[in-house]
Amino acid sequence: MNLRETIRQLTNAHLDAGHIVCGQNLSAVGWVGGTLPERTDMVELPNADVAGSAFAVGMALAGKRPVFIVRYQGFNWLTAWAVVNYAAKSDALWGRPCPMLVRSIAMEGRIGPVAGSSHHSLFYRMPGVRVYAPMTPGEWAGMYREFMMPGASEVFYASEHRGAWGNDTELLNIQHDKNAQISIYAISITRFAAMEAQTRLSREGIRADLLHISQLKPLLVPPPFSAKVLVLDDDYEGGAMSHIALELHRVFGTETHVLGLPNRTAGFADWADVLPPTAEQIVKKVKEILK
Amino acid sequence: MNFLERVYRKAALCRAFEEEVYRRVEAKQITCPVYLSAGQEYIPATIATWCEDKKLWPKIFIQHRGHSTYLCFGGDMVALWRELLGDKRGCAGGMGGSASIQHKGEPDIFGHDGLMGSQIPIAVGYCHATRHPTIVFAGDAAIEEDYALAALGWAATQKLPILFVVEDNGLSILTEKKVRRSWSIVKVTEGFGLLAFATEDSPATLRNKLGYPWPLLLNVTTTRLFWHAGAGRDVPLGKDRHTRVRAELCQWEVLPTASVIESDQKATDQVKASWALALEAAK
Repeated sequence: MNLRETIRQLTNAHLDAGHIVCGQNLSAVGWVGGTLPERTDMVELPNADVAGSAFAVGMALAGKRPVFIVRYQGFNWLTAWAVVNYAAKSDALWGRPCPMLVRSIAMEGRIGPVAGSSHHSLFYRMPGVRVYAPMTPGEWAGMYREFMMPGASEVFYASEHRGAWGNDTELLNIQHDKNAQISIYAISITRFAAMEAQTRLSREGIRADLLHISQLKPLLVPPPFSAKVLVLDDDYEGGAMSHIALELHRVFGTETHVLGLPNRTAGFADWADVLPPTAEQIVKKVKEILK
Repeated sequence: MNFLERVYRKAALCRAFEEEVYRRVEAKQITCPVYLSAGQEYIPATIATWCEDKKLWPKIFIQHRGHSTYLCFGGDMVALWRELLGDKRGCAGGMGGSASIQHKGEPDIFGHDGLMGSQIPIAVGYCHATRHPTIVFAGDAAIEEDYALAALGWAATQKLPILFVVEDNGLSILTEKKVRRSWSIVKVTEGFGLLAFATEDSPATLRNKLGYPWPLLLNVTTTRLFWHAGAGRDVPLGKDRHTRVRAELCQWEVLPTASVIESDQKATDQVKASWALALEAAK
């Protein structure tokens, strides 16, 4: 079963249990790319992005554990406010848990300055929010299980990527012994390019470890075996990835580097696009670091 | 006790509480920012009394300047004092101060996060999920928020059992409504297909509007006595709503003067006793 089918199956069970799934235009965009069951009991929110997230927060406050779907992560510039200011703080302020799962979806390629790429850094800095970027069926199911645990009171932010929905394979860390020259920590869709880059580097005799980050906050990663670290992400470099790199440096004393989206605004033409690092770019960056 | 007497009793309690808060702020015994609801007490007092008569126990969403709503619906006064004192035994565990108070259980009053008007779409989402009668209080500035307007639209579309109460004193801090907008919230709300009325805060007038089917919006003209925040007066005492309503009720012999005096005294005693209780150390 691939990631798309896993999400659909769990969403179906979520609705069967009397919980809420809500978002805009759920059926109009192919039941959000096939990740939703074709049911009519999901809540179609009006196309009022700013109010819509607060409707979902109200549903969470009522204990309905809503799954709130944001079709493009860039829309979070409009929707994040209620989630991070109310749902994420409600338990701490008033002892009223307000758990909700924000399914926020990224994609790339000729889609312009807002709809492209991941924006999980927006949520990453706020207390009361757990941030995930599940790219495999097992990771999504594990995150969902935690969200549905009795007593879970936080906001769960799932930074999804359309490029991973067809994936049916669990992605395993590749760790050498202490002779590894560099440890690559990869987030979101960059994990697939990183796998290819690791293979290429290996062919060239460069021992690079590859460590997958599915849970960004609280950060869940194995320690690096090498003294040098490269963190990859599908978000801008000034965001969560830099903080994760700093944490790795602080805890393990490693020399850390980051490679994410280039720091410019995306346009719709190929030449103007802003894309996550390719395998080729990752290989090049690793070689620069190891010089 | 008749309806107006019970409204007056609640309003008198709110007024006694707010005046005591004012004194405690001036004496620097309360140091968090306070948002006083004096002048606006007849709105929650009337609505809460009406709900009691109807045996309606609504979910309530408020924002800052919510002390009177909290008290009128039966919120614990000692817990409110403690909240203003930053005590962990306060109604929001000392986290809410004056602006983000709440009350759990009965009455069920949800706290506010500090973003003006955010309680409006959150209340609509809550009401959509539960279909439980819900009342949301906001000011005439908060209702201008884009998400508040969208929330009115969705409440109308979904035919939710929700009452929107706009406490309209015509001011956002000190910026007048006519400077901020050219439109009327009643007309905008009607445009969404939702029933809406402009009304005054006189108890008898307001009560007559509450029985209309919900979703319903009431834009209630009122007067804020104290500053936007902290201690200081917005209006001269002669224009104070509480003073005028009290005088009118006595003049028209709606309430016996003795009953008014008794209510005032009881309120003062209750406020002073609750302050003393609030200061008691935890056992």
